[in-house]
Amino acid sequence: MLTLAVPTFPSRLFSRLPSAPPSLAFSLAANHLLWPALQTLDWEPLAGRRYAIRVKDLGLSLRFTVGPRGFVLDNGIPDLTISATARDFLLLLARREDPDTLFFSRRLVSEGDTELGLIVKNLLDALDPDAVLSRLPAPLARAARRLMAG
Amino acid sequence: MPLDLICPAGSLVSLKAAIDHGADAVYMGFRDNTNARAFPGLNFDEAQAAEGLRYAHDRGRKVLLALNTYPQPDTWARWTDAVDRAAKLGMDAVILADAGLMRYATRRHPQLRLHLSVQGSATSYEAVNFYREHFGIQRAVLPRVLSLPQVENVVQHTDVEIELFGFGGLCVMVEGRCLLSSYCTGESPNSAGVCSPAKAVQWTDTPAGLESRLNGVLLDRYGRHEKAGYPTLCKGRFEVGGDTYYAIEEPTSLNTLDLLPEMLKMGVAAIKIEGRQRSPAYVAQVTKVWRAAIDAVKKNADGFKPAPAWQAELNKLSEGQSHTLGAYYRPWK
Repeated sequence: MLTLAVPTFPSRLFSRLPSAPPSLAFSLAANHLLWPALQTLDWEPLAGRRYAIRVKDLGLSLRFTVGPRGFVLDNGIPDLTISATARDFLLLLARREDPDTLFFSRRLVSEGDTELGLIVKNLLDALDPDAVLSRLPAPLARAARRLMAG
Repeated sequence: MPLDLICPAGSLVSLKAAIDHGADAVYMGFRDNTNARAFPGLNFDEAQAAEGLRYAHDRGRKVLLALNTYPQPDTWARWTDAVDRAAKLGMDAVILADAGLMRYATRRHPQLRLHLSVQGSATSYEAVNFYREHFGIQRAVLPRVLSLPQVENVVQHTDVEIELFGFGGLCVMVEGRCLLSSYCTGESPNSAGVCSPAKAVQWTDTPAGLESRLNGVLLDRYGRHEKAGYPTLCKGRFEVGGDTYYAIEEPTSLNTLDLLPEMLKMGVAAIKIEGRQRSPAYVAQVTKVWRAAIDAVKKNADGFKPAPAWQAELNKLSEGQSHTLGAYYRPWK
């Protein structure tokens, strides 16, 4: 069994905020931190699609699209909405949980375009973790390694 | 070598996870409907397949290529081209279901090792020996419909190596003959490579529960605390005679850890793990458990007992989060 040394998050920190400022902050941060690792992926078939990531326990909804230069804030109706807790999103990012496992146990909910959801899942699954870690800023890479090791 | 562990790889990352955690061989598919896990974004292009082969061969492991859908007349060349590429890449075997494609492979690439796919639906030693006689198959993957004594009967009457499913999603008992999803979508697993094409699947959270639909047909509605399953017609809940229930099959996973000693004794060549559509995390976790279990049973078959931690880990990963011995163990025939 996995030992879960993942932080749990304090209640509904952001729930009262409108989604635009967190989404903008997310896009800016993701472009800075993650895009160097993600830009090598084939985003072509996903051009113009809108996503919402709902972090349930934080009451946070991050809405964006992915363009040729990275994440862009987009408040249009999402094609795909993925909902989970912050902790479960971290476990997925760290590759310590399988999305289907979380889905079976209702901890991960995917709504909207199922095919789009599968494309995104398979795109991210195909990312080589070592290549991603080598492109992350050093402190973030260290934190990610700790998270992945459990 | 008995009880080789054969693990699924939907991507290069999964392939490496399987090899690193002790798979003896992995199986993969190309990025099209020549295999029965034709999901968007899954599987290998030629460069990735070559890298996967290198990774496995450098570590003394094998790579098998699933070409286990049935070629259609107007796209026959896609399947023969896939066989040619498999031979050129140096695949250790191709897993085929279609007899026409087997004939093509034996004539064009006589050195290429052939395995009969579960989709070939051979359930008797007569069927297995037929494929041996005509196409020289070296191994057959048996459908998950036989009891263990029936498996033993096949093993005793053929020279073909027998591979059994050990863990993962359970197919309703007509593998290779299923047309259920065609009924809803016009696409069957045998020709289109998936049971439920993703483009036909809708999930909706409603006040009554989480609903899954296939091309508009309601498959299931999960209450707040119910476990969910894959959106396949065979595992839907339907109203029959006034009752609403799993009228065809329950969403549950096959798990045969308990039967490993018997499988070893009867001379089963390999155990296959289902799940090319799953993520690297699943592949790593399942491979680790099965490697430990197979090593343990080989060391001491009579004293073998699956560790509770193994079962807990496997249950967590399962569809329906419960498991069954499937048809392998049953008192009736």
